[in-house]
Amino acid sequence: MSDTGRTYMLLARGLRKEYGKGEGLVRAVDEVDLEVTAGETVAVMGPSGCGKSTLLHLLGGLDRSSGGEIWLDGRRVDQLGERALARLRRDAVGFVFQAFHLMDELTAVENVELPALLAGRSPRTARRQADGLLEQVGLADRAKFLPTALSGGQRQRVAIARSLANDPLVVLADEPTGNLDSQATLDVLRLFDSLHAAGQTLVIVTHDSRIAATADRLISMRDGAFIDETRLTGGATGHLGAPARIKG
Amino acid sequence: MRQEVVLAMLAKEPSHGYQLRARLTEALGPLGDAMNAGQIYVTLDRLEKAGLVTREPAAELAVRPDRPDRKVYTLTAAGQQRVASWVAQVDWPRPDLAEFHLKLIAAAAARLADPLAIVDAQRRELLRRLREAQRAAMAEPDDSEAALLLEGIVLRLQADLRWLETCERNWTGRKGQL
Repeated sequence: MSDTGRTYMLLARGLRKEYGKGEGLVRAVDEVDLEVTAGETVAVMGPSGCGKSTLLHLLGGLDRSSGGEIWLDGRRVDQLGERALARLRRDAVGFVFQAFHLMDELTAVENVELPALLAGRSPRTARRQADGLLEQVGLADRAKFLPTALSGGQRQRVAIARSLANDPLVVLADEPTGNLDSQATLDVLRLFDSLHAAGQTLVIVTHDSRIAATADRLISMRDGAFIDETRLTGGATGHLGAPARIKG
Repeated sequence: MRQEVVLAMLAKEPSHGYQLRARLTEALGPLGDAMNAGQIYVTLDRLEKAGLVTREPAAELAVRPDRPDRKVYTLTAAGQQRVASWVAQVDWPRPDLAEFHLKLIAAAAARLADPLAIVDAQRRELLRRLREAQRAAMAEPDDSEAALLLEGIVLRLQADLRWLETCERNWTGRKGQL
């Protein structure tokens, strides 16, 4: 098992999360096996209630599993103690949420530098890094804005910059475009794409097929289990214009 | 209506023209009202000339000399082959969703293929196209005119994917009833 754990950036084996007992037992995550290689973008898609958010919470150490194993960069992480788990969440995993979860009383740059400060970086280093990250997400000129003065798409880009603050091994995104209009969705997708190009490992759970379709691999989830997997990388179909009746 | 749809309706068992029409009307509901009554016979005629079906007088109709038009249509080997390749074929978009819908029905009735496997193949194809359209949209500058067209393509593909999810749920349910 340890060999398998070392081959992947993120690995889950027989992962389970159950709520309740007896007749009321709910298997939110039911014996899930997941393998994510370094630099890969994987999307998990399914209707609401299929267990995809719970899965993401387990993978990122936000919630404890009922059984199974989780390995992050060759290290088993599902049995870590509370303090080690908190450190893992802070340093090794970046989170992006549907509702952004920014601190409203902090400016954009203060939000982005926060995880680095918590990890013990000097204020100067943290600020320099945060400025660089805001630049990377195209919001250098909004550094001093409060989140309330930013659009939804801009807030999410700040949140993505924050998720990168401690150079995480993996970024976990839960419905990252769920609250965004189509232009803002496009901006966030472009950003994910540039992270992907830079080698960042990404796991995105979503019910939005347009995000899922940009991943390297798409996993369909129903009732807590994986039911289908599609590898999306590959050649062009040559039918792009077909719906517009230009060709095809 | 594509000839293959009529052919596929014969895959389960030989049938009369009027039975085919009734089956299509049932499958299409109000959408079938637009179907011309004579259209199916014209199609059957063409299929016969193409060697894809044969037409035999129905045995039980020997006692009904007043209705000599009632013939039974049967798929030939070539017809069966054509149906099989139509069922396996994944293509989108077609102007009518009805063709895909009827493909699932015909495939299930004649046990030619698992409707869920057909839905799956279709979904993969649509996802590949969605990916392509989305990537093209991402590559366009914000003020691009083409981006607007690409957005339309993306939205259409998303709508089709949502319908496929509904197809999947529906056919999963039917399978459970068998």
